[in-house]
Amino acid sequence: MNNLKSNIIRYIIKLSALITFGALFFLVGYILYRGIPNLSPSLFEFKYTSSNVSMFPSIINTLILVSITLVIATPIGVFTAFYLVEYANRGNKFVDLIRITTETLSGIPSIVYGLFGMLFFVYRLEFSYSLIAGTLTAAIMVLPLVIRSTEEALMSVDDSLREASFGLGAGKLRTIFRVVLPVAMPGILSGVILSIGRIVGETAALIYTFGTATQMAGGLFSSGRTLSVQMYMLSNEGLHVNESFATGVVLLIVILIINSLSTYLSNRLTKGRTN
Amino acid sequence: MDKLIIKDFDLYYDDFHALKDINMNIAEKEITAFIGPSGCGKSSLLKSLNRMNDLVEGCKITGEVLLDGKNIFDKNVDVNKLRKRIGMVFQKPNPFPMSIYDNIAYGPRTHNIKNKSKLDEIVEKSLRGAAIWDEVKDDLKKNALRLSGGQQQRICIARALAVEPEILLMDEPTSALDPISTAKIEELIQQLKEDYTIIIVTHNMQQATRVSDKTAFFLTGEVIEFNDTDTLFSVPKNKKTEDYITGRFG
Ligand SMILES: Nc1ncnc2c1ncn2[C@@H]1O[C@H](COP(=O)(O)OP(=O)(O)OP(=O)(O)O)[C@@H](O)[C@H]1O
Ligand SMILES: [Mg+2]
Repeated sequence: MNNLKSNIIRYIIKLSALITFGALFFLVGYILYRGIPNLSPSLFEFKYTSSNVSMFPSIINTLILVSITLVIATPIGVFTAFYLVEYANRGNKFVDLIRITTETLSGIPSIVYGLFGMLFFVYRLEFSYSLIAGTLTAAIMVLPLVIRSTEEALMSVDDSLREASFGLGAGKLRTIFRVVLPVAMPGILSGVILSIGRIVGETAALIYTFGTATQMAGGLFSSGRTLSVQMYMLSNEGLHVNESFATGVVLLIVILIINSLSTYLSNRLTKGRTN
Repeated sequence: MDKLIIKDFDLYYDDFHALKDINMNIAEKEITAFIGPSGCGKSSLLKSLNRMNDLVEGCKITGEVLLDGKNIFDKNVDVNKLRKRIGMVFQKPNPFPMSIYDNIAYGPRTHNIKNKSKLDEIVEKSLRGAAIWDEVKDDLKKNALRLSGGQQQRICIARALAVEPEILLMDEPTSALDPISTAKIEELIQQLKEDYTIIIVTHNMQQATRVSDKTAFFLTGEVIEFNDTDTLFSVPKNKKTEDYITGRFG
């Protein structure tokens, strides 16, 4: 009886794993199968036209958007986490408030950020659909991610190291920058990389704020589309489904690189903790 | 000469009265041992002596600790300078995850010694002082975490010596170590007495008799007896002390 039960459970577990792997394999395989044959050089031409539907401008837009967003969100997020972990008293009401806020924010669907970005940055501040509106929205969106991963990285640093540093007469700043930060660095970086992934994969929030213009964004106040948005638009218009798949291949590769980087860094983090 | 005078000292963790009316004079260049059952407040007192208790939330103290006649709890005392003068070695070896060299140089660099040859000199002197120079001199770039526990603890002692403190506080420095490493560190403590005033917390009564000149016996936040180590262990004045050192304690 017991034997049967454990057999059934083992079966279910194996089946689940098989389904997961199968679905993933099928999905990725299908995109590659449909996309790779359509990866023509014209898809990487400098300018977008309605006949070449080049993804080159959108790749550049993605890079610019990601860079500016990180420049804004990383320092704010990292310093907020520093404050929460290293400076604020434990059990401080204000800290609890920030924690609850970040936790809540990280659970909100991205379209809500998009709506807020549109109402506030695009209309209220009259930025119109623009790089700056997209960037600010994306920054708010990834902020909770950066804060939480930094917090976790800081908290994983053994207190005995802080004690050792203070015990030698080092101040708070020196302790944080010379002792805590180097140990926490891989964890912080992996949070930043996850943020990159989140921005690269985002569509809804960006369509509402960065817009869908097809060319490279010429400045902070011009509109543009990122790679994901490009893919969405192509498949949505229905005329360029093949090119949409080709774009998907490039997107897939980018995400793959980002994720393996993040795994590598968090592995290094856990290794650093155990030895 | 009294290096450190503890006067009417009380310590509270929120409402909990952890140390009660401690009075003790610590002589210069002597080794003082704190003994007593777990939870009696030895670490709490030790930590207060270089104000590491500042870091503990809800910890309040009253009374004075005079270092060369000056109260260390005075408003105008620079804590970082105080901790440079009164160094600390912890129960669990806690080297920084960096090279041996950088571990030792961390303190001097903190106190603005940047000159490379000066730092080299301090690193060598400190490592020699902690009796570990011969074991690591060819490998100063090696990550300190790759050393054995006993070596790590001696690195931590060297790191504390590198800022040239006057007093060394050691909280059960050998409790995490094997007997051979323990013997090495006890021997080292004896040598350090030449130059430093040392206070050591220990659970090991043999260790107290082997290394210390004076011993203080703590019980539930009070100092029951404080005397020459030989006297305290051979003719304890207090019944509770006697019970504790003869192992008849609950
Ligand atoms: N941060 C703290 N907050 C509240 N109470 C504390 C704190 N640290 C210590 N205590 C309490 O104060 C008392 C003395 O603790 P302390 O660590 O000084 O004892 P100890 O003599 O060093 O014990 P051990 O031999 O186990 O290290 C204990 O009852 C302990 O529970
Ligand atoms: Mg203790």
